[in-house]
Amino acid sequence: MTAPKTLYDKIWDAHVVEESDDGTCLLYIDRHLVHEVTSPQAFEGLRMADRKVRAPEKTIAVPDHNVPTDPTRLSGIKDEQSRIQVEALRQNAKDFGIEIYDVDDIRQGIVHIIGPEQGWTQPGMTIVCGDSHTATHGAFGALAHGIGTSEVEHVLATQTLIQKKSKNMLVKVEGELAPGVTAKDITLSVIGKTGTAGGTGYVIEYAGSAIRSLSMEGRMTVCNMAIEGGARAGLIAPDEKTFDYVKGRPHAPKGAQWEAAMAYWQTLKTDEGAHFDKVVELDASEIAPVVTWGTSPEDVLPITATVPNPEDFSGGKVEAARRSLDYMGLTPGQKLSDVEIDTVFIGSCTNGRIEDLREVARVMEGRKVKDGVRAMIVPGSGLVRLQAEEEGIAQKLIDAGFDWRLAGCSMCLGMNPDQLAPGERCASTSNRNFEGRQGYKGRTHLVSPAMAAAAAVTGRLTDVRELL
Amino acid sequence: MEKFEKLSGVAAPMPLVNIDTDMIIPKQFLKTIKRSGLGVNLFQEMRYDQDGNEIPDFVLNKPAYRNAEILVAGENFGCGSSREHAPWAIQDFGIRCVIAPSFADIFFNNCFKNGILPIALPQEQVDILMKEAEKGENARIEVDLENQKITIPDGTAFSFDVDPFRKHCLLNGLDDIGLTMEKSNAIDAYESKLGAQMPWM
Repeated sequence: MTAPKTLYDKIWDAHVVEESDDGTCLLYIDRHLVHEVTSPQAFEGLRMADRKVRAPEKTIAVPDHNVPTDPTRLSGIKDEQSRIQVEALRQNAKDFGIEIYDVDDIRQGIVHIIGPEQGWTQPGMTIVCGDSHTATHGAFGALAHGIGTSEVEHVLATQTLIQKKSKNMLVKVEGELAPGVTAKDITLSVIGKTGTAGGTGYVIEYAGSAIRSLSMEGRMTVCNMAIEGGARAGLIAPDEKTFDYVKGRPHAPKGAQWEAAMAYWQTLKTDEGAHFDKVVELDASEIAPVVTWGTSPEDVLPITATVPNPEDFSGGKVEAARRSLDYMGLTPGQKLSDVEIDTVFIGSCTNGRIEDLREVARVMEGRKVKDGVRAMIVPGSGLVRLQAEEEGIAQKLIDAGFDWRLAGCSMCLGMNPDQLAPGERCASTSNRNFEGRQGYKGRTHLVSPAMAAAAAVTGRLTDVRELL
Repeated sequence: MEKFEKLSGVAAPMPLVNIDTDMIIPKQFLKTIKRSGLGVNLFQEMRYDQDGNEIPDFVLNKPAYRNAEILVAGENFGCGSSREHAPWAIQDFGIRCVIAPSFADIFFNNCFKNGILPIALPQEQVDILMKEAEKGENARIEVDLENQKITIPDGTAFSFDVDPFRKHCLLNGLDDIGLTMEKSNAIDAYESKLGAQMPWM
């Protein structure tokens, strides 16, 4: 009888090609997602060494970080450097035989949104991408994580990675979420509790009734930010919701292969009694809608709280908090719900899926974006955008005063024209509130889509529960 | 990849926790299709004002640290994005070793691919090195990878851990891809088995 295994153990073991005496493993990679920013140097490396892509059929490419989200992009990207990167991706995909979802393709979108949408992402797989938010795909019970460009080149050439196994961490969220509290509040609250280094060296499995009751979209939001907690990856055991989501998608298995895949996928869960090196538990009923106040995703507080005093922290965090408050233009003791914003950004691989847009539409029902607030919605893919249009959500949001954009990473990281100006303050559904992330000297408050909608209505950080 | 054996150089102190990859190299410099030339933009927004003038207070702008080869920093160094532009910028500036109480996972991996040695030490030891680094260019720190030892001018020495495989690659300047390609038989065998058992993968 073998020892009980975690879900992570099972996926890991199934992918070891070779293990050295010191525990270094050659790990097989099932899917490789490539975007324009972190891949050009990798393809260049292949060319210089006269190497091929080992498994182009397991590799997809999509431009997302750099692309403008207005229709002008269809007639060519104006920013020269961005255009060169996107053209390089196009050429590399062509030269190396990789499928690309190009700028003018309705299926184009943020790499972590289109992977699941097209059925590339499936339970039990190892999935990598030169992007830290690859953790998103863990929602399907896949081992998915970000890699650097040298590793992108390594995977392109060998379809493997040299890895050492991480430790197992369990984040258990039991109970029921209160109205107005969402997957984003769960994932931010976990980081608020563990800190941005709390998961370093671990792969997190999210479990518990509150996680199980989330939709696939919500689960992707939770896993997406595992990296913000420092973990290599986050994953959730697949269940009927997962299988229903995958079934029928363009690259999902079909017929007899579907049956065989299902038989395997149903074994993908942590065995009774399996060992976790670290366990964190949260009571879902105690989670409130949260916002970030600082410049680290661990700077999380309920919207009902006040801006903290740096002196109340210890160690290096005192200076970091002081620097954050100075950057954010906030004063200790100030009520978070008094903080005025001028921009609302709804989108990103964290919250750019259809359910997120429906949530925004629910809050906006019969309401308008406050005068003077710039509010933008950037669907995560062309297909999400289309679906929202077909459901009538898009028109409602446009009528409410939102700017309805084309798909891309947009203001999540401001590598494209969507940026904050110095001093502008944004309620953002994205994943990072780092200094300068959304634009030079821009100020970011991370929130859920519902909370972002509430901020759009009032022009300040707002407890969405007041609008329910 | 450039070898890393022994280094004796000026260490720049950055006693800030959670130094993230957006601070190390902001997004606007990720649009390059090259690996080189990013050193001038390392820590851009802390190092220069909006007009591109140097901010004199920033450590790497101070005369003593302009040629620093070692960085001593607070915990969780390199958190955030997977951008390898962060180690590329550090390396291009001339820094070959970063010492901190802890590192973010992806950044840590990326360093080894670029001839940079990231060393995690207990907070108390980092505090001592930080004080030493604050003395400026007189305080050279010696990092000896072969013997896994850091020495400061008064003779105080700390040993550090490093993964044996990564140490071997750094000492010899080895390229991972070449090593893995030698194992293509094992990869072929894995793929045949996968194709037979789980063809949908």
